[in-house]
Amino acid sequence: MPDPHTAVSLRGVGRRYGERVVLRDVSLELAAGQTLVVFGPNGAGKTTLLRMLATLLRPHAGEIEVLGRALPQDGYAVRGRIGFLGHEALLYRELSGRENLRFHARLHRVAQRRVDEALDAVGMLARAGDPVAELSRGMVQRLAIARTVLHEPELLLLDEPLANLDPAAAAQVAPLIGAGSSAARIVTSHDPTGGLVGADLALGLKGGRVAFLAPAASVRPQQIAELYA
Amino acid sequence: MRATVAALLAKEFTLEWRTRESVPAMVLFSIATYVVFHFGLDRDRVTGDIASGILWVTLLFAAILGLNRLFVSEHEQGGFDGFLLAPVDRTAMLVAKAITLFSFLCIVELVALPAFGLLLLGPPLTQALPQLVLVLVLVNAGIAVVGTLVAGLAIQTRARDLIVPLLALPLLVPVMLGAARSATPLLRDGGAGALPGNWIAILAIYDLLFALIAYAVFDFLLED
Amino acid sequence: MLTGAFALVFFYAPDDADQGFIQKIFYIHVPMAIVALCGFMAGGVCAAMHLRTREAKWDMRSYVAIHISVILAVGVLVTGSIWARASWGHWWVWGEPMLVSFLIVFLLYATYWPLRFSIEDKEKQSRYASVFAIVAGTFVPLNFTAIRMAQQYVHPQTLATTTGGMPPKFALTFVVALTGMTLLFLTLCKYEMASKHATFRLRALRRRLEGDDDELMLGGRSAAPQL
Repeated sequence: MPDPHTAVSLRGVGRRYGERVVLRDVSLELAAGQTLVVFGPNGAGKTTLLRMLATLLRPHAGEIEVLGRALPQDGYAVRGRIGFLGHEALLYRELSGRENLRFHARLHRVAQRRVDEALDAVGMLARAGDPVAELSRGMVQRLAIARTVLHEPELLLLDEPLANLDPAAAAQVAPLIGAGSSAARIVTSHDPTGGLVGADLALGLKGGRVAFLAPAASVRPQQIAELYA
Repeated sequence: MRATVAALLAKEFTLEWRTRESVPAMVLFSIATYVVFHFGLDRDRVTGDIASGILWVTLLFAAILGLNRLFVSEHEQGGFDGFLLAPVDRTAMLVAKAITLFSFLCIVELVALPAFGLLLLGPPLTQALPQLVLVLVLVNAGIAVVGTLVAGLAIQTRARDLIVPLLALPLLVPVMLGAARSATPLLRDGGAGALPGNWIAILAIYDLLFALIAYAVFDFLLED
Repeated sequence: MLTGAFALVFFYAPDDADQGFIQKIFYIHVPMAIVALCGFMAGGVCAAMHLRTREAKWDMRSYVAIHISVILAVGVLVTGSIWARASWGHWWVWGEPMLVSFLIVFLLYATYWPLRFSIEDKEKQSRYASVFAIVAGTFVPLNFTAIRMAQQYVHPQTLATTTGGMPPKFALTFVVALTGMTLLFLTLCKYEMASKHATFRLRALRRRLEGDDDELMLGGRSAAPQL
């Protein structure tokens, strides 16, 4: 019986790429509205984990449940309720910010007025008519964040969301994707101290395996440093 | 589904209009090919089966040019991910891309056909225009469906530009055959002949069959 | 069984009056073609099963069926070419629908291996190969019909004139040859599948010996070309 208060549930999840095992026996549970921060060096499997939860990848082993639905079978049902921010902005470079967001709004069947709301929230209303190719990386990142929250998802999957953002911009988007958001969040981070702020649960990945999984308050910086050793 | 296809089509045409990549290239390529045929065959005017052959071969190669670009923007700019994250029927992408390719081919023919009539064709182009248009529509549909499928298959492979023609050319042989046999009497010197019904039927069956197959299998190309 | 068929072909069927010894090629050429065509379609069906059930064994069957059918297709082209040379004096005739359609089919399926090889992820490779096999398997009969229709009005149906008026002795030899060819196909398939299974099991054992935890590996084995 799916628990309405559990946002994400993984049991023994694994994934390989060709001959290489990328994730092995990952299990965790995240309650609704809570934040999970994921630490780990490059190649530890953080991105793969997020992409699996976003329904972009299928698990090769184990079970995944997101917002009460089993993946990959019920992926269709939850897609509209998940917001994914990966390394790529997922924006067409020749289209303007507004055109990109309009397109995504149509795909997600979201009212067009949300487009301007989101643009305003990330501070990109002024430059919304310029082609994405002409924008700086920070602006593109802000547009990507707007795209992520456009359909007001219940679960946010954020892969290094503050990359390319100056402190002012980071502060501006905090209510949308930061601790202030009411959605359940899974955020990857390389920052040992900053990453734990606002997080309820912390996961450390190394070589595709779970190195530690504990409440954020009880995690020592040394544990995080060991991941990179 | 219709709404999704509409959204995708709006995006496709906007992108093409902004970048003007595929269609002008296909048009120029067609005209260049006519010139090459002129020198290759050493003929000033062609009729009947030669005319039919040149018309379809040129169209086919121009289509392959367009095919290579069909999914490139999705692949390079993460368009697949953006689409896959949305709560939509994934077959909408097949429909949208096929319609896009079909439309591009029609636009190209709007220029290439008169160019053909001007440069190489002996008898007047208008002598059997409605029938020729019918054949063109069926051919475009076949190329659009099979082409989208092949482009979808090839986009994820490393040797994308090579796989597309290697797969598309054999698969489109029945279309070429049907088109050539249908158009030959239309481009005859001394007045057009009748349109061969059986070859039109073959074209229609091909289009229908592959449309059904494409609809059934395309989803599997998108998932991961 | 096949040896029995060969024996029948060479000793039982009387020489055809106008073709002589070359007529015997017919008993290899046509059964090969029929079995290959069926093999390609079977490859498509197995691929559809793979997409439906996601079990690797269906992909394996599809791969093997296509592999053997391509070998047979080459045989068809070679025997057909020999027959053409003997009958009409040319190594290639466009008027023979079997030959022409097999050329196209061969060109199409020759891309199967570059396609598989260029996708690294095994699961994706199997999936894409299955899509290809279904499309190509549908294409094969359609292509043959179209080519046949094209030649109808240009050349007399060479196959029909030979098979149409077949006296009982010819017919029996033909059926035997066809059965023999089918059994050959199935035997080759079984052989290749068994050989691949053995290779995979060996690999898995070796990996386990080396201490790698490979539960994830045994799950999705596919018939990728071992390159």
